[in-house]
Amino acid sequence: MIKKQTVSFKLNGTEVDVVVEPRELLIHTLRERLQHTGPHIGCETSHCGACTVDLDGMSVKSCTVLTVQCQDAAILTVEGLEQGGTLHAVQEGFTREHGLQCGFCTPGMITRAYRLLKENPSPSEEEIRYWMAGNLCRCTGYQNIVKAVQYAANKLSMARTGT
Amino acid sequence: MTATTETLEREAKLQGMGVSRLRKEDARFIRGKGTYVDDIKLPGMLFGAIVRSPYAHARIKSIDKSKALAVPGVVAVLVADDLKPVKLDWMPTLGGDVQAVLADKKVCFQLQEVAMVIARDRYCAADGADAVEVEYEELPAIVDPHKAMAPDAPIIREDIADKSEVGHGKRNHPNHIFTWEAGDKAGTDAAFANAAVTVREEILNPRVHPCPLETCGCVASFDKVAGQLTVYITSQAPHLVRTVVAMLSGIPESKIRIVSGDIGGGFGNKVPVYPGYVIAIVASIVTGVPIKWIESRIDNISTTGFARDYHGVGELAADKDGRIRALRFSALADHGAFNSHVSATKLPAGLFSICTGSYDIPKAYCRVDAVYTNKAPGGVAYRCSLRVTEAVYLIERMIDVLAQKLGIDKAEIRARNFIKADKFPYTTSLGWTIDSGNYHGALDKVLKAVDYAGLRKEQAEKRAKGELMGIGISTFTEIVGAGPTKVCDILGIGLFDSCEIRVNPTGSAIARLGTMSQGQGHATTYAQIIATELGLPSEEIQIEEGDTDKAPYGAGTWGSRSTPVGGAAAALAARKIRTKAQKIAAHLLEVGEGDLEWEVDRFKVKGNPSRVKTMKEIAMAAHTSNVPPGMEQGLDASEYYDPPNLTYPFGAYVCVVDIDRLTGETKVRRFYALDDCGTRINPMIIEGQIHGGLTEAFAVAFGQAIPFDENGNHLGNSFMDYFMPTAVETPHWETDHTVTPSPHHPIGAKGVAESPHVGGIPCFSNAVVDAFAHLGVTHMDMPHTAYRVWQQCKALKIDAR
Repeated sequence: MIKKQTVSFKLNGTEVDVVVEPRELLIHTLRERLQHTGPHIGCETSHCGACTVDLDGMSVKSCTVLTVQCQDAAILTVEGLEQGGTLHAVQEGFTREHGLQCGFCTPGMITRAYRLLKENPSPSEEEIRYWMAGNLCRCTGYQNIVKAVQYAANKLSMARTGT
Repeated sequence: MTATTETLEREAKLQGMGVSRLRKEDARFIRGKGTYVDDIKLPGMLFGAIVRSPYAHARIKSIDKSKALAVPGVVAVLVADDLKPVKLDWMPTLGGDVQAVLADKKVCFQLQEVAMVIARDRYCAADGADAVEVEYEELPAIVDPHKAMAPDAPIIREDIADKSEVGHGKRNHPNHIFTWEAGDKAGTDAAFANAAVTVREEILNPRVHPCPLETCGCVASFDKVAGQLTVYITSQAPHLVRTVVAMLSGIPESKIRIVSGDIGGGFGNKVPVYPGYVIAIVASIVTGVPIKWIESRIDNISTTGFARDYHGVGELAADKDGRIRALRFSALADHGAFNSHVSATKLPAGLFSICTGSYDIPKAYCRVDAVYTNKAPGGVAYRCSLRVTEAVYLIERMIDVLAQKLGIDKAEIRARNFIKADKFPYTTSLGWTIDSGNYHGALDKVLKAVDYAGLRKEQAEKRAKGELMGIGISTFTEIVGAGPTKVCDILGIGLFDSCEIRVNPTGSAIARLGTMSQGQGHATTYAQIIATELGLPSEEIQIEEGDTDKAPYGAGTWGSRSTPVGGAAAALAARKIRTKAQKIAAHLLEVGEGDLEWEVDRFKVKGNPSRVKTMKEIAMAAHTSNVPPGMEQGLDASEYYDPPNLTYPFGAYVCVVDIDRLTGETKVRRFYALDDCGTRINPMIIEGQIHGGLTEAFAVAFGQAIPFDENGNHLGNSFMDYFMPTAVETPHWETDHTVTPSPHHPIGAKGVAESPHVGGIPCFSNAVVDAFAHLGVTHMDMPHTAYRVWQQCKALKIDAR
């Protein structure tokens, strides 16, 4: 038996400890040990982005991150975006602009768009498409995903400027 | 005027048909609270991993489980012999054939299922699968379908080698599955012999995969004490799965519950019953605990539900002025190692005979020969109804070929051959009765919108400068909504669909249907249909699908059949309720039923508009003693809808591409899509479906293909190799519409999701070929990758500065 290790990190603001084999992938820890089934597994090779989470302020594909790499990390998943019963602007944008259909890519898309708007609060369409290119969607053709991100950018910008 | 404003306000409050209502499904998805199959976790659940063959064709000499069983956490290893006592080692396919659940003595395609390791978790299961030792003796493989029926070809299916047929007529070679034909061969041949001009082209629809973002999987849970089997599954057709499982297992159908929860896209991939599901069911029966099996992405692309692989030959005969006199299409269909082609029993080549398209063609004949090869089984529809993409691709490509031969403009030749709007219903020479259409109207609108004449002028200028610009047109007719039970059945079950509606005393309602959403937004749109029909707000109408213990029997969601069949059932069930409500209203208002008229959400006494009963009031009354004498309480109804005909959505698309002759790179500059899906229920959702369908068409036209080497090894079965367009390369889509309602559908709707895929693919190809048309090129096979387009440039010696 491979020796298990205890790993402690913050998940959506809450301290958690897990005991895992060194080979365990973060996506499996999140989904199977911590009941955070928002991030999904679409390819297991880092191409589709359905498993995207925010790790210490960076988007990562949690299907290719080992849980043991996450000691002391701060992890944000789609489940952590809604605050006090209020949806995050990105979540709101996706539903307002019909940026999702089957919903499977949506948690990864939303988490990625959240990071995009942190880094670049007013992206052009071209920048949005480039930033979102690590996340595949088979249903929407991306056009409404772009609109969803633009919706969120506008809403967040209005909140900042108080207009 | 006040009355009208007031009526409109009441109507707006219903959020019924025609409104871009936001989706009800989204609330859970944007919070990460969907319930997909891999989210299901049952107490004591074990995980199954499949051991797969490295060879495309080989005999299994031995299987040694011992090392796998010694792996910590491994509980059991199942092979074909373990399935025999329960008679689940082979299963019937939806194509009339049988398929090995686990390989029995030999494997017939690479990554075929050989064993399943059951273990504590997915890591232990993977370790166990690695430790199963299988000894193979490799056999020569057939990869090219053209070589499948050679006299000395290796026999792929020894289990049926001496069978004279496998469900679809006489076979003439052990690797032959069926030959199917339609139309007037002699008349067509005569028309060709006498034609002023004929054209012929070999046209391939390569093997592709629908590739939904979620792969296939299930959790099977057998309760030994109750004898009850529950399967959570990624199925577009849960009721059909229940029937297949009952036929296979001998468990009474009443003790089988199939639950399709949220599905992460289907596009045809999730219609069949796959070996993985069956092995998980057996494993649960054997172990007595729930078993989860989730496909990996590579397994998904390699083994479940490929599409197309139609090697076609198109021929048209025409007058000098481009009027088509006859059509002759054939295809060699590669069905892989088992015929698990999804189709109606009587239609082994699906709806391929819709290949006369939008055109008035007096004589036609088509033929499909299907063969076995050492490739994965399947032949599912990829966002299209059963071989419609193949058919539409052939006709839309061939009419361009004819136009080039005659020097007629590609829009003009279409207009000359269209079925005229006053000819509907129109019966094609291959026997389909197209219910309605307005093809000239659609094409004219699009040509104006894109300034077609201006584009052709620009193209001429670019050609003079040696630049490559292509204009593609596609004016397609789809055939969806399978279908009339007289024509369409699967395993003997007619392809009707169903809806059950219950109205509660306080006027909210629940409706359950036999279809199954995979992202189409049924919970939103069905409620809109019912809202308009019943006069109850869609917000208060709950829609449920996918749980066979709850929903009435139906054939599921594929072939754009939800709105044409399920939507019709919903409208008619609602009308039954309204009929009962009218009787109650008449009773309450003490008038005759004929004295009442319906207005948005209420019955009014004719000539006395102050005397009304709203549907909400009637709903309450239906649950009291105050119902008409002899009437039962309650306000519910169910409808099993057998459509009188299929529906025929159509569209006119224009695509403009610019090609770099030095690199072969193709840029889609513009794509304009006009769709006519009849009555529109939710324009926002329709537009979303069109964006998605066009993007999947773009993927097929510009990159998707599953190649093999000569030994049957996959050369591209992960997202590293299989083209999945990202936001960067996906073009911008412009959408438009006309509305030509279906005359036979209760609300005039036709279905929409597949049209953009079916109509989009030939439009892209036509644009790419058009860029080379002035250089004498008449056809280029998909996918139009930069490398392949560059090869065309190189062949024409235009690839250098």
